Amino acid sequence: MADDNDGRGYPEPRFDVPTSRATSRRQFIKGVIASGAAVSSAGYLFTIAGCSREQGAARGIERMLQLNVNGQMRTVDVLPNETLAMTLRYKLGLTGTKLGCDRGECGACTVLIDDVNHYSCSTLTHAVRNAKITTIEGLEGPNGELHPVQQAMIDELGPQCGFCTPGQIMSAVALLKANPKPTRDEARHALSGNLCRCGAYDNYLNAVMRAAGSGENVSRA
Amino acid sequence: MSRDMMPAFELYQPDTVKGAVDLLGKFGKEGWAVAGGNDSLDWFKDRIKRPKYVVDLSGIGELKGIRESSDGGVEIGALTTLTDVERNSLIQGRYKVLADAARRVASPQIRNSGTIGGNVCQDARCWYYRYGVNCYRAGGNRCYADTPEGQNREHCLWGADRCIAVSPSDTAPALVALDAKMVVLGPKGERVVGAEDFFIGPNVDITRMTSLEKGDVLTAIRLPAEWSGARFYFEKVADRNTWDFPLVNIAAAMHVSGAAGSEKIDKIRIAAGAVQCVPRRLTAVEQVVAGQPKTADTAMLAGRSAVNGATPRNFNHFKIPLLQNLVTRAIRDA
Repeated sequence: MADDNDGRGYPEPRFDVPTSRATSRRQFIKGVIASGAAVSSAGYLFTIAGCSREQGAARGIERMLQLNVNGQMRTVDVLPNETLAMTLRYKLGLTGTKLGCDRGECGACTVLIDDVNHYSCSTLTHAVRNAKITTIEGLEGPNGELHPVQQAMIDELGPQCGFCTPGQIMSAVALLKANPKPTRDEARHALSGNLCRCGAYDNYLNAVMRAAGSGENVSRA
Repeated sequence: MSRDMMPAFELYQPDTVKGAVDLLGKFGKEGWAVAGGNDSLDWFKDRIKRPKYVVDLSGIGELKGIRESSDGGVEIGALTTLTDVERNSLIQGRYKVLADAARRVASPQIRNSGTIGGNVCQDARCWYYRYGVNCYRAGGNRCYADTPEGQNREHCLWGADRCIAVSPSDTAPALVALDAKMVVLGPKGERVVGAEDFFIGPNVDITRMTSLEKGDVLTAIRLPAEWSGARFYFEKVADRNTWDFPLVNIAAAMHVSGAAGSEKIDKIRIAAGAVQCVPRRLTAVEQVVAGQPKTADTAMLAGRSAVNGATPRNFNHFKIPLLQNLVTRAIRDA
């Protein structure tokens, strides 16, 4: 115990993350992203490295699956240990879904699974193979027009830095699907699983209430 | 800080609970059952638990749903999400204490995927243990929380036995208050365990929080008719209203008689979470208040009797008056 203690009172945790993978990781990401998808996340904090294609040759499940994402059936090769956030961002190029904590503690990765909001970082992709998945990219109308919640976010100056906004919007959309006329308290409760480090909570709530059409509740107090 | 995805494992997705039990029995110590994944995936991502075989229970339809049982009680499938428990009309109408407890778990998204089975089977949340240190609970020979500098404001008041972690569940105290029965299917067949016996402390097995053995699956939770429609109280105090585990929570079920204003407590079960490694049934309180008028005096006495024998750590003295006040409110306001 003395060796690994360093006077901290507890030893270094036994993480064994390899350190010199930058190149292969980048190539790996490029190699697996679906063709045509724009990717600007090579320097992103969370990576899919550590799992080469050869690795994890599962006997349990079939890795190739058809995933219903934003109304399209997408064929994708999914590792057994892959989260939905990883699949969406790095296999399907849907980088509107953000990864904040990767622990279900921030809400940036929120997507809809069968119209219910979930943390995609804490969902195994294989567990939702038969579900309907909606990401922020799937909210736009047929001619690219913004979803009413997105438009309301702009009108109410909802986001500041914007990183948590896709997750906030997905939770708001899930709320309005289940409860089209929420009270402000109901909306606050529904969005309580999405952190905003800028503290723009009231602006987000104003936007949700505006989108719900309850003008009288959209006070800027 | 860059982080890679969780290490590889083989994934199995059985359709039936029998299939899951067979797989888990076959994999033994190298197997791991996942329900909602909110506890399991964190362990995997941190590379602290590295099972070779993961059995995903989420596709097993027979483990989901809430149904009336023939004896007038209610049976909840272990894979029922906390959101479904919270919103179900049977639970809201007859066992509101459980609906209220489910509503206070973590965050909306976690309740949408997290299951009631997972909520009661989740592992200890002691941050030293979760950090991957070689503590007693992890199979080592030391507790890092129970030291002069150990940060233990979230730890136990009772039942310390080398480990001082607490039961982190919000629904577990409600299930103990309701005298729920836990249905477990294992390699040797089915058994039914009372909620109080389902949870175990470090004195029984320091590496587990429940009486589940490797290969066992919690399949259902039965709420007895006896407490259907009783008077209930649930309250949770946590640092934040979302996400955080309880500093203390309290769940009570009682039968009262008499007219409003002169009510008498006929029978009561009351349990507190986050004060011991298991949900702590407050038998002293039950004895003090049973048969007594439901008054402010009785409630005060109940609060005081709840904390007898509490042994605080360096940083969790605040839990004693907190528990005392929660018990007082439970008796007064139920």
